[in-house]
Amino acid sequence: MARTAVVWCPDWPVRAAEADPTGPVAVVRANRVVACSPAARADGVAVGLRRRQAEARSPGLVVVPHDPAGEARRFEPVVAAVAAFTPRVEVVRPGVCAFTARGPARYFGGEERLATLVAEAAEAACPGGPGVERCQVGVADGLFAAGLAARYGVVVEPGRAAEFLAPMPVRVLGMAALVDLLDRLGIRTLGQLARLPSAQVLSRFGAEGATAQRRARGLDDRPLATRPPPDDLTVTAELDPPVERVDAAAFAAKSLADRLHAALADRGLSCTQVGIEAETEHGETLVRWWRHDGQLTSPALAERVRWQLEGWLGGPHPPTSGLVRLRLTPDEVVVDHGSQQGFWGGVAEADRQAARALARVQALLGPDTVLTAVPEGGRGPAEVVRLVPWGDDRGPARPPKVPWPGRVPAPLPAVVPERSLPAELADGEGRPLIIDGRGQPSAPPRRLSVAGGPWSEVVAWSAPWPCQERWWDPGGRRRRARMQVETAEGRALLLVVESGRWLVEAVYD
Amino acid sequence: MEVAELREWSRPATLAGERTLPVLPALAPVLPSGLRRGAIVGVSGPGATSVALALLAGPSRAGSWVAVVGLPDLGVAAADEAGMDLSRLALVPHPGDRGPVVAATLVDGLDVVVVGPGAGIGPADARRLAARTRQRGAVLVAAARPWSERCDIELSVAASAWVGLERGCGHLSRRLLEVAAGGRRGNRRRTRMWMPSGEGAPLPWEPGPPTEETNGVTDGCRPGPVRLVAG
Repeated sequence: MARTAVVWCPDWPVRAAEADPTGPVAVVRANRVVACSPAARADGVAVGLRRRQAEARSPGLVVVPHDPAGEARRFEPVVAAVAAFTPRVEVVRPGVCAFTARGPARYFGGEERLATLVAEAAEAACPGGPGVERCQVGVADGLFAAGLAARYGVVVEPGRAAEFLAPMPVRVLGMAALVDLLDRLGIRTLGQLARLPSAQVLSRFGAEGATAQRRARGLDDRPLATRPPPDDLTVTAELDPPVERVDAAAFAAKSLADRLHAALADRGLSCTQVGIEAETEHGETLVRWWRHDGQLTSPALAERVRWQLEGWLGGPHPPTSGLVRLRLTPDEVVVDHGSQQGFWGGVAEADRQAARALARVQALLGPDTVLTAVPEGGRGPAEVVRLVPWGDDRGPARPPKVPWPGRVPAPLPAVVPERSLPAELADGEGRPLIIDGRGQPSAPPRRLSVAGGPWSEVVAWSAPWPCQERWWDPGGRRRRARMQVETAEGRALLLVVESGRWLVEAVYD
Repeated sequence: MEVAELREWSRPATLAGERTLPVLPALAPVLPSGLRRGAIVGVSGPGATSVALALLAGPSRAGSWVAVVGLPDLGVAAADEAGMDLSRLALVPHPGDRGPVVAATLVDGLDVVVVGPGAGIGPADARRLAARTRQRGAVLVAAARPWSERCDIELSVAASAWVGLERGCGHLSRRLLEVAAGGRRGNRRRTRMWMPSGEGAPLPWEPGPPTEETNGVTDGCRPGPVRLVAG
């Protein structure tokens, strides 16, 4: 039985959400609480409660939507911190990862010590501050027992997993239907389940029951699917004697590029960016990154080595001695789909090319900077689309097809400023225009000034349409009125008034 | 199935000589042969955003990828209405000081790239970007002013008129835009189109007898004649 260590970050969805984890926070999916912070738990909030019930129990509750992709992304630094101890780490789910304990335990001086070190490293890599539960590590035989050991932060000695598991309630198995049945039959603990004869368990509860019993007996049902360490694909050539001439270096680069291509092809990969590093006898180095879309052949790569070195040798800071080392580092390795083009399949190739370019921009600027839009239900011009980072799930959060009373009618404005500009709308006598509680303007609008600019004459305007949003929600309620106006210059604007202040929400440019 | 339709169906997706991207019929008078790959198109003046959306809708409908760099104020919902395929539209609203690098990367992989003022592209960057666009066969739409490079085609709004909004009733329902083409390869022609047309994609303007406007609320409110305002 493999000794397995599990790292458990408590309340991961809460810690990954960008809310203060020391206060009461609940993460909600489909109107049900899926995770909550210790402060919220102290108020009586529990997983599975309806959102409204949770808010009733904890008045100051901050509710954040569930974001599985973001949770997985923010867990990556924690996995990297654990991978510093052992290269083969399996992410069980965001917030929990596992690794085989035997090797690292010997290296770091025992399982207890390893558990302490890993827990500290994981905690340091986690977002969040004081007042949240700390990351814990458990070591036991098999993944199931280790997962429970992590909840208690203990190391279970070899061969004693069944003993450790025996007093646990059957609920920890997590198989809802089976747990319910076992509970009604009076089988309350894992120890009771483990003592039943296995043949009868299989015939009465089926394969699921047999799996549950194996787990209860401390026998693991599967080995860890650990993430293999990434292969080092860098290829290096030592040049002896040192090379002084560019063409000789390019010749060496040709064979180096052949080796790189062979290594990539063995793994069915191609790389979209390659770094060429040249080092001289005196230790001067020049690194440059070259980009291509997967069809850079060995001669083409050698050509780039030539360009790079020619630029270096002819540039303002030429090297003082011959080259002793050339290194090619593939960066951004992607699965090679082949490069057959044209004929019928041109569009799919264009999609892949676009995806690579966008992934490259994400690598430059960060994952949340490249956005795609998803149509969504809403009233204002900025609410009817949701921007999601490229590569994330594009499912709509609010249904677009149902009626949204008070929605801005089509056509929608072409310019929606990120921050609405202040405006002044005045009637014929220069008084600011007021919309009363029944949605009637105090007078016909005559003049408009945007952001303190010059006044322009209003030639046409719509009746204001009032919009009451989320009247049931004290934090999110808004009472506004929108109005379209057209000025004598032919500009059409969407204005919104809230608490007596006019803003330009959008421009029909 | 008509012969012409059959031919359209059986046409290979990429022909060797296919060096143009399609445009909507509404823009055909100013761009009779479509958008040539490698072209730099400038859009300017009031209404430029709508002209750009009308221009992008053609390639986007035909399956091209479109990226918009440095235009954080773009109304994406309007792009959807204009007929663009949102699943093939990528936005980089805030490239920061990496705008030129981002635009160059996107030109490498996408068919149409729009650069706005937020991309921060200086004269030297513009020259390099234009050269790269020509080499890669993409189309660059410059919505940034000042754009120092000479554009192959310049599109601007000569006049526009909104329909549907009255004095205290109705709502903006559609707009007549007069688009003028210029630039090195522009054909100095003008065309009128409904953009937005109120029915999705921009529609060409058909001269004919004036019809009763049915859009908007009509209780006691008579729609006036279309009034063209120089843009």
